[in-house]
Amino acid sequence: MSAATTSEQRVRPEMSGPILGMVLFVASEAMFFAAFFGAYFTIRANASTWPPKGIPHLKIDIASILTVILVSSSVVLQMAIRAIRTGDPRRAMAWLGATVALGVTFLGLQLYDYSQLGFGVKDGTFGTLFYVMTGLHMAHVFGGVIFLSLVLWQGIAGLLSRTRYEPLEAGAIYWHFVDVVWICLFSVFYLLTPR
Amino acid sequence: MAVIQAPPRVEPEPAPRRLLGWLTTTDHKKIGILYLVNSFSFFAIAGVFALLMRTELARPGIQVFAPHAYNQIFTLHGTLMIFLVIFPLLAGFGNYFVPLQIGALDMAFPRINALSFWLLPVGGLTILSGFLAKGGAAAAAWTGYPPLSEQLGTGQDLWIAGLILVGTASILGGVNFIVTIIRMRAPGMTMMRMPLFVWSILATSLLVILAAPVLTAGLIMLFADRRLGTAFFDPTQGGVPLLWQHVFWFFGHPEVYMLILGAWGVVSEVIPVFSGKPIFSYRGVVLSFLMITALSFTVWAHHMFATGAVELPFFSVTTELISIPTGVLFFIWLATLWKGKLRLEPPMLFALGFIAMFLIGGIDGVWAASPAMDFAIHDTYWVVAHLHYVLFGGTIFGVMAAMYYWFPKMTGRMLSRRLGIWQFWVQLVGFNLTFFPMHILGLRGMPRRIADYAPDRGWSFLNLVASTGAFVIATAMIIFFVNIFLTLRKPRTAPDDPWGANTLEWATSSPPPPHNFDSLPPIRSNRPVHDLREAERREIT
Repeated sequence: MSAATTSEQRVRPEMSGPILGMVLFVASEAMFFAAFFGAYFTIRANASTWPPKGIPHLKIDIASILTVILVSSSVVLQMAIRAIRTGDPRRAMAWLGATVALGVTFLGLQLYDYSQLGFGVKDGTFGTLFYVMTGLHMAHVFGGVIFLSLVLWQGIAGLLSRTRYEPLEAGAIYWHFVDVVWICLFSVFYLLTPR
Repeated sequence: MAVIQAPPRVEPEPAPRRLLGWLTTTDHKKIGILYLVNSFSFFAIAGVFALLMRTELARPGIQVFAPHAYNQIFTLHGTLMIFLVIFPLLAGFGNYFVPLQIGALDMAFPRINALSFWLLPVGGLTILSGFLAKGGAAAAAWTGYPPLSEQLGTGQDLWIAGLILVGTASILGGVNFIVTIIRMRAPGMTMMRMPLFVWSILATSLLVILAAPVLTAGLIMLFADRRLGTAFFDPTQGGVPLLWQHVFWFFGHPEVYMLILGAWGVVSEVIPVFSGKPIFSYRGVVLSFLMITALSFTVWAHHMFATGAVELPFFSVTTELISIPTGVLFFIWLATLWKGKLRLEPPMLFALGFIAMFLIGGIDGVWAASPAMDFAIHDTYWVVAHLHYVLFGGTIFGVMAAMYYWFPKMTGRMLSRRLGIWQFWVQLVGFNLTFFPMHILGLRGMPRRIADYAPDRGWSFLNLVASTGAFVIATAMIIFFVNIFLTLRKPRTAPDDPWGANTLEWATSSPPPPHNFDSLPPIRSNRPVHDLREAERREIT
């Protein structure tokens, strides 16, 4: 028996190593954001009024568009996975390209939103939590855009196929996670903050 | 038996290319050795810091340091020992032996493995570079409580940056270990046949990936407060200073189990081998590891009893609870020793030393879990005694057991038995001389983290004893390094299985070939090498 075959026998069909690795990494990232949500609720529970006085109310319009963009990008990415599973890598790359474009749009629109807000990161606990938490999320979207762009480059180079699309799947797990974090942020800062 | 064709012998490479080979390697064995070399280097640095501290405290009055310099030294002693010595030592053994013990060719992600290693020296040197900064290195203790940690100079920023690097390294390493253990086991190596050391690394890795990111989050908050003008921990703007303690200890308490589980795994390997018996209860050890892993997330606020802001009964009960699986481990080790044919080789001596010293540290812990006791001893030298009985008496004794046990496998050379026995006794005496008196100092009210104390408090004699002990420990460490130095100059004569051991790493050559195994024995129990030996013996008779 050769070394290669013994190692192949060890791979079980359920979940490949890289996918399991991404799931574990996402678990770790979830704890990272959980710490910030813990900080949010600790500080909010200690405040006499929330949001603190002097903070202009957050307008929900742009944030809603951001939510729609990111959630639909997850759906689009899932279309890419479906396409590659059915053996159509070209169509999959089109969907993936659309996902990357939506991600870039999200980043641009959020930066525009930042410029319109009228308060900064130094304006007390609300500014602190809002900018640090959404900013770290933004960094994760940026990371996801880089990751998916690399996958797109692999796909265009013909390295992805019906039998080998682990990078796309791993990228999708990460992207969906980033999406879920945004939904939590949107809920906490827009839906659960009294007006 | 599966037989793998051995590759032809390679000629020794010229020195520059060999160096480049070490710098660019993705072989888990070489990376494991890099971990050990890196960790022992930082061990020497942080150990010198400890000697400087004990020199300062040997007598009342200022001997060596101004208080601010002393603060930097104890901060870096704690930070380096925890993040760059103890944890990476265990991770280094994990790197070398987890793939071997489960019959794998390498880790699941060899390049990520190399990255997780190389982030460590970079992070460690970043922290140390604080000494070059204006205002000196970090000086808010390894726990970095605000407001102090928000007021100090650039050294504190370097501390934050270094710890984020080290934390990232450990998360990547943790993911790598879990995937390796879940996905790369040899045919026949079921989960319940894995060596207990592998179980301990699996439990450690679960703790790492779930707890280390919380520290990273806290460090980012601290950095944002310091440099971006945010208000996480600033009460004047509505921030909550205690938030840091919650975040830090939510990481920090699982952290102490990250620092000990690997040593438990080592001891659970060594004791059966040198008792000539199987472990008393394999399932008991596995279950205890997993229970401790889960419970360790529920005890963090016992570090915060004295704040008056936490639910005392809850955290007291969960802390007492975690001592139950720990106690089960002790009974399993003792029952394994019971009526065994004990061989008092250096690995076994260190394992027995581990049991005795960790027992004291463990009982200290149960005491401190009672809030009434904790209020009396909080932030005194009693706590310093407790944590060193656990981390030095526990983990460092376990690491030494691992060094003497596995050194022949890693290098093909047996460490000197004589020097090993000398090291053990000198280390045991020095350790107790240093840290036992600290219990009494703590009960007499001596606070930790001070550079000076008044001569009329009745603390002077015990401090002198502790300082003397520190130099005895240093002697033991010199014996250890001399032993390694002398042994590495000898020819490679160690047999494949010098100890009559149980687990797969002993089924290959010493040191193993780059591909780990020319052939794997059949794996039908958690002691495949023992089974093979028994089968061969029966064939002969």
